Amino acid sequence: MSGLAGALVDLAAVAVLVIGVAGLWRRDLRALVGLLRVQGLALALVAATTAASEHDLGLGVTAALVVVVKAGVVPTLLVRVARRDPGAREAAPLINVPSSLVLAAALVGLAVVVGAPLHALAPGRAAALAPLGLATVLVGYLLLVTRRRALSQVVGLLVIDNGVALTTFLLTAGVPLIVELGGTLDVLLVVVVLRALLGTMRAHLGDVSLDQLRELHD
Amino acid sequence: MALALLLAPLLAALVLAIVAPGPRATATSVAASGLVLAGGVALGARTAHGHVVQALGGAVRVDALSAVMVIVIGTVATLATAATGRVLGDVGAGPARRRAREYAILVQVFVAAMLGAVVAANLGVVWVMVEATTIATTFLVGHQRTRRAIEASWKYAVLCSVGIALAFAGLVLVYFASAHAGGGLRGATLDWSGLRALAPHLDPRVTRLGIALLTLGFGTKVGLAPLQSWLPDAHSQAPAPVSALMSGVLLTVALYAILRVKAIADVALGPGFVRGLLVVLGLASLAVAALMVIAQRDLKRLLAYSSIEHMGLIALAVAAGTPLALAAALLHVVGHGLVKSVLFLGAGEVHHAEATTTIADIRALLRRRAALGGVLAAGLVALAGLPPFSLFASEVAMFRAEIGAGLGWAAGVALALLVVVSTGLLRAGRQVLLGPGERAADRVPRRALAPLVAALGASAVLGVVAWPLATLLHGAAGALA
Repeated sequence: MSGLAGALVDLAAVAVLVIGVAGLWRRDLRALVGLLRVQGLALALVAATTAASEHDLGLGVTAALVVVVKAGVVPTLLVRVARRDPGAREAAPLINVPSSLVLAAALVGLAVVVGAPLHALAPGRAAALAPLGLATVLVGYLLLVTRRRALSQVVGLLVIDNGVALTTFLLTAGVPLIVELGGTLDVLLVVVVLRALLGTMRAHLGDVSLDQLRELHD
Repeated sequence: MALALLLAPLLAALVLAIVAPGPRATATSVAASGLVLAGGVALGARTAHGHVVQALGGAVRVDALSAVMVIVIGTVATLATAATGRVLGDVGAGPARRRAREYAILVQVFVAAMLGAVVAANLGVVWVMVEATTIATTFLVGHQRTRRAIEASWKYAVLCSVGIALAFAGLVLVYFASAHAGGGLRGATLDWSGLRALAPHLDPRVTRLGIALLTLGFGTKVGLAPLQSWLPDAHSQAPAPVSALMSGVLLTVALYAILRVKAIADVALGPGFVRGLLVVLGLASLAVAALMVIAQRDLKRLLAYSSIEHMGLIALAVAAGTPLALAAALLHVVGHGLVKSVLFLGAGEVHHAEATTTIADIRALLRRRAALGGVLAAGLVALAGLPPFSLFASEVAMFRAEIGAGLGWAAGVALALLVVVSTGLLRAGRQVLLGPGERAADRVPRRALAPLVAALGASAVLGVVAWPLATLLHGAAGALA
C-alpha cells in the first residue's frame, strides 16, 4: 500500500470511530441519521482505497455497494421517518452525554486490549487499525442500550454493523463476495423491516418512544 | 434428487403469491412441508453411515447432522402449516386477505431460510440464512398488529440483529485466522469442513475471540441466557403456528450453527473452551427458566420459558461433547420439536376457543373440551420429561453422558432446576385442565387435533422403541466428534 493510500485508510478508519462517538453526543434525530450517512462514506473510502491499492475487484464491488446501501438508501429511509416529526430529539438518554463519552473512551481502550492478538498474527498497518472497528462496535452497543427513541436504536444497530464492516475490510480485505452481498442485503432488509414497524408503531402508539413499549413483562 | 425436494418451500412461496388464500393455499403449504420432510428422510437414509451429499459445486453440503435438522424442519413445518386455516380463519376481502397471503408466503420463506442454513457448506452463508429467518419472522411475530405484538416484534428484530452482528464479527476473526493459518499458504476459507481441516493451524488467540463471539451471537438466537429476553415476548405474541416453528425448530437451527462452530473450536483450541462457555450459558438459561416458570400467568409465555429450559439442557449436553451426549442432544432436539409444536398449536386452539391464554382464566379443559384437554395433558406430561415420551429418554441419556464426561456437578444442578420447571408446568396444567365443568357447546374439530395426536404418538414411539432414528443420530454425532 502506497503512502497516500495508507494515509487515506488511516484517516477514514479513524473517522468511522469518531463519527460513532459523535452519535453519542448528538440528540437531534435528523443529525444522527446525517452522521450515519457520513460514516457510510468513510467506510466506503476504506474499502475503495484498499481495493484500488490491492487491485481487488471483489472489494471494489463491495465498496460501491457500501456507498449505495449504507450512505444512500438506508439513511434516506431513516431520514423520512425523522422528518415526520421535525425537531424530534432524544428525550433523556439513560446515561447523560458526558458520562457516555467517558464510557466510550473506556470502550476504545478495551477494544485496543482485545484486538492486540490481531496485530500479533499479522503485523502491518491494517491489522493495527482493526481495534478501531471493534471499538466502533462497542460504541454502537452503548448507543443502542442508552437511547430511548426507536429511531436512535436503529442507528445504534447500524453503527454496530458499520464497526463489523470496518473490521472486515481492515483485516481480511472483505469476506467472500457472496457473504458480503448476503450480509449487505440483510442489513438493508432489517432496516426496511424496522422502518415498516416504526410506521405501524406510529399508527398504533403515536409518538415512537420506547418508554411506551412496556406492555410485555412477567 | 432428495436435495431438489428442499426447494419446495420456495416454489410454494411463488405459488402462494398467485393462489388466493383459502383451503387450496393451505394445501399448497402443507404439501411443500411434506416434501421437505420426505427429502429429509431420503437424505437421512443416504447420509446415516457417513456419506456426504454435495451439490452446486460444493456450496451445498449435507451430512447426517444436516439431515436430522432437515427432518425436524419438515416435521414441524408440516404440523404448523396444517394449522394455517385455523389461524387465519375466514379471510374475506381487503386488508385481511392481503395479510393472509403475506402470512402464508412469509412462512414458506422462513422455512426455506432455515433449510438454507442447515445445508450450506459455508459458515458465512449459514449466517446470512439465520439472519434471513429473523427478517421473515419479524413480520410474522407482529402479524396480529396488536400493541403487544408490535412491541414483541420490535424487540425481537433489534435484539436478534444485534446478536447476529456479534456472530458476524466472530466470523470475520475466524476468517482472518484462516487466512494466516500455517504461514498463510493454505488460503482463507469460511467452509466449515475446510475450517475443520485447517483448525490445528489456526492462531489460538484470534480464534478464541472469534469463537466466543460466534457462540454468544448464535446463542442469542438459540435463546440462551443472558441474551434470552426477546424470546418469551416473541414466542407468546406470534400466531400459534409461527410460535411452533420458532420454538420447535428455529432455536435449534441456531444451535446447529453452534455445533458446527464447536467442531472447529474443539480442534483449534481444545474441547475446554466452548465447553466452559456452554456450561455457563446452559445453566444460566435453566436458572432463568426455573425462576420465571414458577409464577407464570400466561400459557404461551410458560411454553416459551420451557423452550429456554430445554435449550439450556441441550447446551449442557453439547458441552459434554461425547458422541453419546451429542446423539442424546439430537434426540432431544427432535423430541422437543414435536412436543413443543403440539403444545403451541394446542395453546392456539385454547386461544381460539376460550379467547384467552391467561392460565387463571382457563379451567376444567378435560371436562369441557375433552379432546383438546387430552392433547394438552399429554403434551405437558411429555414436556415435563416424564415417560413414555422421548424427552424422558433423551434427558436420561444426556445426564448419563454428562456424568461420564466429568460434568456430573452441572448435571446435578440441571436436574434440580429441571424438577422446578417441570413442577411449574404440571401445576399450570392442573389449573387449566382439572376441575368440574360442563361440556362446551362448540367443539375443536377433529381435523385440527389429529396432526397433534399423531405428533404425540411419534414422540411416544421414539421414547419406547429402540430409537428408529438411532443410526442417523449416531451418524450425526459421529460427524461432529
